[in-house]
Amino acid sequence: MVIYGITILGICTLLGLLAGKLLGSLFGIDANVGGIGIAMFLLMYLSSSLNTQFTIGDISEKGISFWSLIYIPIVVAMAAKQNVIGALDGGLMAIVGGIIVVTISFIFVPIITNYKK
Amino acid sequence: MELFKEVLIQNSLITAFVFVGLIVYIAYLISEKLTRGKFHGSALAIILGLICAYIAGVFTNGEKGVSDIAILSGVGLLGGSMLRDFAIVATAYGAKFSDLKASGAAGIFSLFFGVTLSFIFGALVAILFGYDDPRSITTIGAGTVTFVVGPITGSALGADSEIIALSIAAGLVKSILVMTVTPLVAKSIGLNNPKSAMVFGGLMGTNSGVAAGLAAVDPKLVPYGAMTATFYTAVGCLFVPSIFFFLVDTIY
Repeated sequence: MVIYGITILGICTLLGLLAGKLLGSLFGIDANVGGIGIAMFLLMYLSSSLNTQFTIGDISEKGISFWSLIYIPIVVAMAAKQNVIGALDGGLMAIVGGIIVVTISFIFVPIITNYKK
Repeated sequence: MELFKEVLIQNSLITAFVFVGLIVYIAYLISEKLTRGKFHGSALAIILGLICAYIAGVFTNGEKGVSDIAILSGVGLLGGSMLRDFAIVATAYGAKFSDLKASGAAGIFSLFFGVTLSFIFGALVAILFGYDDPRSITTIGAGTVTFVVGPITGSALGADSEIIALSIAAGLVKSILVMTVTPLVAKSIGLNNPKSAMVFGGLMGTNSGVAAGLAAVDPKLVPYGAMTATFYTAVGCLFVPSIFFFLVDTIY
């Protein structure tokens, strides 16, 4: 049943977001602390144990892979609802700040990747 | 015409699917015909999305891109955090635990390094532009961490709303740059394996930027980058208004 896959995905997401909220309130900040990361952990753990212990079946799996595949269109929709004007209107400093920070961060990607073997 | 509009508005999520589908189709068409596949279709789709958001912003004076247009309000739901998070989690299905373990240390290091790096340079830019009170400098630096950390820091420190708006703008610029530039530089920074994706997520941190940037490079890398990026804003929210502000305050 395709809904089983979606249900598993939903449970992981909700548990992760809940844990993230709890972590956030623990630190006293109004933000979700790593909820998505925790949810991904859960799903990865499940998907690796599902293969060895029991299987959810091909069709149930489609419930998860559909959402994984629809991800890029969702990102496109996310891009289409950004406040692009706000970013450009923020003035020179916001733009300069953004460019400098992004450029330097890009430079460090290969440095850290290669350094931390 | 009114009837047509009514149907589109009442079924806004479906309208959004159609809208996004058309954008993706046009993007792949341009990618194939004009760049012979050199410029990836999904990267172009994201850029087209941003352009639509810009145009919509000009006409509606809103802040939510095309979703401020009534018939496209569903795009707000489709591209909102609920479905985005759901889909990001789904990408973890099939990602390998072993890859995560192997690059975990580099990922965590890049997370703390990334927040510090962004903050320092953001704060330096603020100083260069003539800001000299520690609250403003810290808030602007926080904005270059992410556009969530900016306002959280700003309101915690009691910065002016102008400064907070500026910090959000700096964060937005960062996010949009990461979305658009990542596919262009992916090759030269070696962004083609789970490890570099984790480091990338940790260094950039902007969820939307990392998610979109990696999606345009290779969807298989998304879970790894998203994994570290998801902790980035939290690290920023913890350190910037506390330790970093303290340091800036001491120096100034």
